[in-house]
Amino acid sequence: MQQIAVIDYGMGNLRSVSKAIEAVAEDASVIVTSDPDVIEQADRVVCPGQGAARECMAALNHAGLSSVIRQCVSEKPFLGICMGLQVLLSHSDENDGTPCLDIIEGQVQRLPNPLTDADGNRLKVPHMGWSRVAQVTHPLWSGIPDGARFYFAHSFFIVPSQQDIITARCTYGAEFAVAISAHNLFACQFHPEKSAEHGLRLLSNFVHWNGVPA
Amino acid sequence: MGLAKRIIPCLDVDAGRVVKGVQFVDIRDAGDPVEVARRYNREGADEITFLDITASSDNRDTIVHVVEQVAAEVFIPLTVGGGIREASDVRRMLNAGADKVSINTAAVHRPDVVREAADKVGEQCIVVAIDAKRVSGDDEPLRWEIFTHGGRKPTGIDAIAWAVKMEAYGAGELLLTSMDRDGTKIGFDLGVTRAISDAVSIPVIASGGVGTLDHLCDGVTKGGADAVLAASIFHFGEFTIEEAKLRMRQQGIEVRL
Repeated sequence: MQQIAVIDYGMGNLRSVSKAIEAVAEDASVIVTSDPDVIEQADRVVCPGQGAARECMAALNHAGLSSVIRQCVSEKPFLGICMGLQVLLSHSDENDGTPCLDIIEGQVQRLPNPLTDADGNRLKVPHMGWSRVAQVTHPLWSGIPDGARFYFAHSFFIVPSQQDIITARCTYGAEFAVAISAHNLFACQFHPEKSAEHGLRLLSNFVHWNGVPA
Repeated sequence: MGLAKRIIPCLDVDAGRVVKGVQFVDIRDAGDPVEVARRYNREGADEITFLDITASSDNRDTIVHVVEQVAAEVFIPLTVGGGIREASDVRRMLNAGADKVSINTAAVHRPDVVREAADKVGEQCIVVAIDAKRVSGDDEPLRWEIFTHGGRKPTGIDAIAWAVKMEAYGAGELLLTSMDRDGTKIGFDLGVTRAISDAVSIPVIASGGVGTLDHLCDGVTKGGADAVLAASIFHFGEFTIEEAKLRMRQQGIEVRL
């Protein structure tokens, strides 16, 4: 039976994530854990997270999880969700500036405020709700229509230095990256665990993914 | 191709049962919260809100179990409010499976609770619930105030100024309920909805007074709301969520269908 570790660093809606994975992975054992050894030995790793960047980074460092995350993103299928995406970048502007894990070169920036759409209508921040996601070919999009809506709840967005790692984009005011992939890593800004059938399909694709990008 | 306007069915939960009263009295049973949440998820709700209206503190943990059960099988966003007093209550609800937590009276008593909670868990998890009531007379300029205790207790706080303040304190969203309209089925108070939506840059959920599908549309098109919340029109089978979305789409509102 494959083991899927959901990293617990005290910052997020872990129960939703683990229950959603259990719902699509009947033959897997889903372990919510902060133990680096358990994470290292798992077949797959999910790094969720909600919260403010500084608290998240402090919690990761405090629990000694930074090095095991670095190791796992290069070794086995790894899924980052929301803050679990943002912490992978070099630096976040949140909380007056927070250094992040620098696994993916790039910045995390605040959505501009005021924000307007192409017609000049004011858009609210946080970006909260269901937006269409434009896909770039990747196995995790299998069976999900391009442009399907996913649930977002964020005020910060990622600006990766490399364009070729972007696997999804969304337009809210401007267009920005909402998913990236590098080898066996896939990480997204939206919440698949809260995005009804399309989100569950993405999680199911992850659970069955061999970690090969294309 | 933008952000869909959300339809949020609201479950008032009292000691583990869904209830719905008219202006917070005359409570009527509307079923088991897990069952009801399951149905709304099937019908395509964009989010579900639970408001714990349990009076007795003995039954306070009931809502945690409800959230745990719903979060185990309903994979859309869940908001929980009622009885949230401090940042640790917020944490407890998020751990049970809530995505957002709504703070109401506690914010009125001690606004810093909003800031503390937002600093800990991020502003996108913090909803401030505003219960507003019109206090101006017919010939006066419109004015609304914050009321607590189910609309019975005035606070003297101006509703628009309060909304702006709560945004500054770290609220990620506002749940605005018109206490004049709640349970009346005559439509949202569009005046206060528009005034607050225009005054803040965070999303506003309109609540209180929905009796028809056109009321939902008006909340968005006239009130400027980002999401519309209703209870009784969905609980008692008058309309499904899907019917509501179809009507909104007919009116040119972008929805998730």
